[in-house]
Amino acid sequence: MNISTMLPALGQGIVETLYMTVGGTILAYVLGIPVGVLLYITAEDGIKPNKFINGLVGVIVNVIRSIPFLILLVSVIPLTRIIAGTSIGSTATLVPLVIGSAPFVARMVESSLKEVDKGIIEAAQSMGASTWQIIIKVLLPEAKPSLLVGSTIAITTILGYSAMAGFTGGGGLGTIAVNYGYNRYQTDVMLVTVIILVVIVQVFQEVGMRVATAMDRRKK
Amino acid sequence: MYNTKKAKEEYCEANSKNSAALIEFCNVSKLYNTTNGGVKALSNVNLKIKKNSICGIIGLSGAGKSTLVRCINLLEKPTEGNVYLNGDDLTLLSEVALRKKRQKMGMIFQHFNLLDQRDAIGNVCFPLEIAGVSKKDAIIKAKELLKLVGLEDRMHNYPSQLSGGQKQRVAIARALATDPEVLLCDEATSALDPNTTRAILALLKKINNELNVTIVIITHEMRVVEQICDYVAVVDAGKIVEQGNVQDVFLKPKSKVTREMLFPNRDIGIGNAKRKIFRLSFDGQSSSEPVIANLVLKCQAKVNILGASTEDIGGKAFGQMIIEMPENEMAIARVKEYLDDIKIHYEEEK
Repeated sequence: MNISTMLPALGQGIVETLYMTVGGTILAYVLGIPVGVLLYITAEDGIKPNKFINGLVGVIVNVIRSIPFLILLVSVIPLTRIIAGTSIGSTATLVPLVIGSAPFVARMVESSLKEVDKGIIEAAQSMGASTWQIIIKVLLPEAKPSLLVGSTIAITTILGYSAMAGFTGGGGLGTIAVNYGYNRYQTDVMLVTVIILVVIVQVFQEVGMRVATAMDRRKK
Repeated sequence: MYNTKKAKEEYCEANSKNSAALIEFCNVSKLYNTTNGGVKALSNVNLKIKKNSICGIIGLSGAGKSTLVRCINLLEKPTEGNVYLNGDDLTLLSEVALRKKRQKMGMIFQHFNLLDQRDAIGNVCFPLEIAGVSKKDAIIKAKELLKLVGLEDRMHNYPSQLSGGQKQRVAIARALATDPEVLLCDEATSALDPNTTRAILALLKKINNELNVTIVIITHEMRVVEQICDYVAVVDAGKIVEQGNVQDVFLKPKSKVTREMLFPNRDIGIGNAKRKIFRLSFDGQSSSEPVIANLVLKCQAKVNILGASTEDIGGKAFGQMIIEMPENEMAIARVKEYLDDIKIHYEEEK
């Protein structure tokens, strides 16, 4: 089969993959940032230590993180049906993508926040800043470069997850690779999807690192 | 026990309402719980800091002075005792009320603690944003303060583009943004070279004079206290071992710790037990008078200088000198007479 007849399908696959990856990353951060902040501030040496909340959230995060994504993907299908109305297609795939990656994002956010100098937080406290002001005006802005670096790692992982969703009819390049490359032994299609995925990862990585460096005021 | 403690607190409260002290510590203790049991960082500290004064709190590393200064703005909560600001007991305040009070207490740090992702003016605006001042007013105020600390041409520089001294100036401007009554300085000059230290101390003195801000300085360096403080408290092992006017404490140090800090290297010479060792204190005599040369010539005594730590501040001599006396008792008597004559305080070291 000529690869050129595959072009429209590949084009749609790229669009769907980008939609799942970018949409999934944004939603994962919408959930992951608050959870990461919660983990950071309730830690024993945090600004609002709370053993119970920290322990509880920590356990939930670790449990979800230890489930292999493929198993999570299949096991949340009933939930996906409730939320998205179907378990097939790229929008439906966002549900397992976000559940699977938000805990990972939360840990990345937590570790970025840990890099913020404790002295700066103490200075903000000495000025009478509230916990909320410290989060919004100190922690997140000061951790911004590190958060951006983290997000390029997260986006790459989420791209990988979205391809895995191809096995359950998740759409995007993953589905093409599974249907044509795996089920029909069309190695050329498989190869092309792999190349496209590599290019997408490279672009995300490069752009992310450049933005992070450009925004960091610590050097220059 | 309860009764006496209660009575003590009432006494403290009545006392602090009447006194001219801006800050008052009343029987403050701080206990840290560690895995190896409790560590007493502060025990029964009593201290009054007068309005518009510059108070030095000096001690060696680990003496508890950083904990002490953090008990003023309650970044560390005392386990026992009370801390008063203008007669109000800070330990009784709610968190919201305490945050409001903290806006009236500026603080600067050894490592500056500036926001790295904000430029100089952004850093100075930060406490004003916290206090809810409008952006426009904050910028006006920040420009004024950067001018005061001599950095008006650097306001759009980020901390990474500034030197240590410049960073501390930004930090000082930032600490003054909310018009505080007191400025707490935690080892503010310890990361700076001697020249920059002098410039920063001069700036603090100027702020004290012009803005009537009370300044509390935590340091391990005697010369910092010598240069700008009026009052000094010496902290050792969580206790205030000595306090008083700088001149009195430095001239007649009562505790071993104070002596050690006044003259850190004094062990060098001491050990030759045969000869007597004198410690001379200079506290503002004219530095143009050649005291030791005159002493040798007039008393015909061959003294040996074992160590000296003196400084010339505005034509006056400050500091300490350790000299070894001749063996001859007569010569020693002549030296004593001479020193009494020119009013230089001396003490025999044992």
